[in-house]
Amino acid sequence: MRYELLAPEILTAVLGLLVLATGLLLPGRGKKAVGYITVIGLAAILITVMLNFRNEALFFDGVYQIDMYGNFFKTLFVGAALLIFSMSTRYTEFFGQRKSEWFSFMIFATVGMMIMVSSGDLITLYVGLELMTISFYILSAYLLNDGLSAEAGLKYLIMGALSSAVLLFGMSLVYAASGSTVFTEIYRALSAASNQPILIAGIVMLIAGLGFKISAVPFHMWTPDIYQGAPTPVTAYLSVASKAAGFAALVRIFMVAFPYTQFNWNLALAVLAALTIVIGNLTALPQKNVKRMLAYSSIAQAGYILVGLVAANTYGLKGVLFYALLYVFSNVGAFAVTTMVEVETGSTDIEAFNDLGRRSPMLAAVMTVCFLSLAGIPPLAGFVGKFYLFSGAIQAGYLWLAFIGLLMSMISVYYYLNVAKAMYIGKTENTGSFSVPWAGKMALWVCLLGTIFLGVYPGPLSQITELAIGLFF
Amino acid sequence: MGDFPILSITLLVPILGAILIMIVPREQEKPIRYIAAVSTLISLALSLIVFFGYDKALAGMQFVETIPWVKDLGVSYALGVDGISIPLLLLTNLIGFSAVYASWQVEDRVKEFFTLLLLLISGVMGTFVATDLFIFFLFYEVVVIPIYLLVIMFGSSKRVTKEYAGMKLTIYLLIGSAFLLVGLIALFVKAQAILGFPSMDVATLAGLDYPVAFQIFVYALMAFGFGTLLSMFPFHAWSPDGYAGAPTAVSMIHAGVLKKIGGYGLIRIGLFILPAGAKFIAPIIAILAIGNVVYAGMICLSQKDLKYIVGYSSVSHMGYVLLGIASINLISINGAVMMMFAHGVMAALFFAMIGNLYHKSHTRNVFDFGGLAHQMPRLATGFMLAGLASLGLPGTVNFIGEFTIFVGAFREYQILTIIAISGIIITAVYILRTLGNVLFGPRRPEWDHLQDLKGPEMVPLLVLGGAILLGGILPFTIMDLINSGVGQLLQQIGPMQIGGIF
Repeated sequence: MRYELLAPEILTAVLGLLVLATGLLLPGRGKKAVGYITVIGLAAILITVMLNFRNEALFFDGVYQIDMYGNFFKTLFVGAALLIFSMSTRYTEFFGQRKSEWFSFMIFATVGMMIMVSSGDLITLYVGLELMTISFYILSAYLLNDGLSAEAGLKYLIMGALSSAVLLFGMSLVYAASGSTVFTEIYRALSAASNQPILIAGIVMLIAGLGFKISAVPFHMWTPDIYQGAPTPVTAYLSVASKAAGFAALVRIFMVAFPYTQFNWNLALAVLAALTIVIGNLTALPQKNVKRMLAYSSIAQAGYILVGLVAANTYGLKGVLFYALLYVFSNVGAFAVTTMVEVETGSTDIEAFNDLGRRSPMLAAVMTVCFLSLAGIPPLAGFVGKFYLFSGAIQAGYLWLAFIGLLMSMISVYYYLNVAKAMYIGKTENTGSFSVPWAGKMALWVCLLGTIFLGVYPGPLSQITELAIGLFF
Repeated sequence: MGDFPILSITLLVPILGAILIMIVPREQEKPIRYIAAVSTLISLALSLIVFFGYDKALAGMQFVETIPWVKDLGVSYALGVDGISIPLLLLTNLIGFSAVYASWQVEDRVKEFFTLLLLLISGVMGTFVATDLFIFFLFYEVVVIPIYLLVIMFGSSKRVTKEYAGMKLTIYLLIGSAFLLVGLIALFVKAQAILGFPSMDVATLAGLDYPVAFQIFVYALMAFGFGTLLSMFPFHAWSPDGYAGAPTAVSMIHAGVLKKIGGYGLIRIGLFILPAGAKFIAPIIAILAIGNVVYAGMICLSQKDLKYIVGYSSVSHMGYVLLGIASINLISINGAVMMMFAHGVMAALFFAMIGNLYHKSHTRNVFDFGGLAHQMPRLATGFMLAGLASLGLPGTVNFIGEFTIFVGAFREYQILTIIAISGIIITAVYILRTLGNVLFGPRRPEWDHLQDLKGPEMVPLLVLGGAILLGGILPFTIMDLINSGVGQLLQQIGPMQIGGIF
């Protein structure tokens, strides 16, 4: 076994501990160093993952797998974490003395996600998922003086624990039906066995448990309150990375472990996807707070990504990966602007964005481009992502789903443009321009250019995603 | 022309101009205007070179450029023009160039205005030169967003607020395009199943044999999507409100060329790829076209706001184009393309004149004016030229378009064509009444302070007015070109009989 391929996970865990220790040991001014340590460490890990992108290995009889699929998502998590750390340099001042712990919890959450996407076994998956989720419970409540944040943390804890229970129960039922927790073994056992109702119950519970993580309707109730209450950078990470991890795990389980002969799970997921798209978009329409609107929009986006899994063919799965990555650029870009507006004005209501087009043309431009990408307007990345997803759906015979999805994505333009409207023609008394630190500017540029580049020239990424999903076919 | 990528350059110059404007500091308003003017001038010059350099004897796609773009979707960055697209490309640049001058007086947020305007012009151009379905759709949707921002930032609120007008326009067009996109993806998936490899090339897709039911289904989606953009009755409601709310340049481009993308799409993509579907749906389109001509024309009679009059009249005139497309024969489609060109220059000139007048007088109500020909003879000339073209006076390019459409359509739909011809009378009534009220009659002293057109304001009048007259007197320059394009297209889809649905 080539243990050196586990370096990214090990290094990230070490980095988390290191940051925690440095924060405790270094006095006053030295605490500033933790930010730099984190960013440099994560950059090194990102390079490690990318250099070993094509290496594949199986550990412990398939319990843990290093493959391109996992590496794709690891790159995504670490990249997203880097973007979020760069954009939130000013926001972290709100955390006062507890800054270093914040960094380390974010890193631990990343470790959890890395384990999730590489696990080939239900128990390992669960361990990774809990590591991620428990870190997020703490992170959501990190603004101690803010009632909304505390509420968000508690709510997330209660609902998250419930969903974990459901997930575990589902796993135990699958184990009962197949006699194994390793995905490949499950597949082998189920292919031979006859139809079992217990398995269907297990799969349904797995969908419910993981559906909670990706905030698919009807397991989405927690999303708005927690997105709104949690500190904005945490919300950003929760929305892009935690969701991507949930999808990665969902795709791997369903594509590897469950044969079609047993249970036609596609139709069940198709109904969920349609509901998620419709409800997410329609409830986003009347929102007055940008974070809350982004929460509903992220529910809708989850619906789109789910369409790819419903299709379960090359285009569909490629779409899942493509969308997960472009979602990092577009959504982090939107949250970065929201964070900066919040730091400046202290609010995330739509009114806080008034006249941003004059006060800071750069922020307004990034916000507009990212929103349009989320809405799926070409030539931005979101359009190509949707094109893949819905091509897959139509190819698999889900024409009705494509109708709903595309129609709703055009309706979503309404609420995205509402923010654009406030930014360009809203009126406000404050006229000062925004001061954006250089790290934040860099994050903004990366998000902006990433969103445009993936939309204009999607070729390279589509080849990478093609490689990454190779293991399913 | 060898390997010189003339179409790419035509397309990219305005984008480069937009990027340059983004870099120029906000206060430098004059350089910003000049950059916009120069980049549209270059595009106009290049499209004139394309117009005159196109080899009519050879016909087919010329000035072709192909670069593979996304392999697994079969997308390539493929550009090319034929007799159908060149007039529309030229139209875009004529109007784009004039629109820059028509907005010379924009003073607030000049930088944003011209950046968005140039992006818009580029986007519109892209749809006419793309020969790849994916690239076509990319440009098709690109144009919607700059329009929204331009309307809310620079528009005017009269009967409806500009925010309402902008959002209505955007949502209408996007919902239409959602249906269109479903159709395109279904087409792409089907073609892949037949071909065995993915392709987005329009000519390749057109060479396949699709089942008739499938063709009908996809063409119906396209008719809805493109029809919304072309303001086909009953999906036209966005158009008058949108034009009324929009700033002058956007009204010009929107009424002038953007709508024509709908007609162009129906011919180039709908009819070309799905002939059986087109012929099945054609009678429905013909009936809706009559709705356009008569219903919108009647509404026009009761309007008082100049922009609403031209807005509804443009909806009404699109009925002729639809009728031409629905008749599916060489003459009628020639007429439809000609009419798109003709209506484009006419509507753009109309909106340029209205915009100028509104900027100076702050009102658009017909009954506020009277005798303006005394104070503003040049403006009055522009109004008259546009107005007479609008009612299809011989000698203007519009007459050629309308006449050809009616000749072609009469073969297929006798009764409908007769009703459609009555549209000319309706147009004459509202246009002549409006022009009479605004321009003629006794001099009204309250408008003595209005200055006539001068300097940059003359450019739209000269460019667009010149196009109307030249096209009317020498129609063969454009008609031969269109004829070669349409002739080849119809030859490729083979002989066909309209009908089937009734």
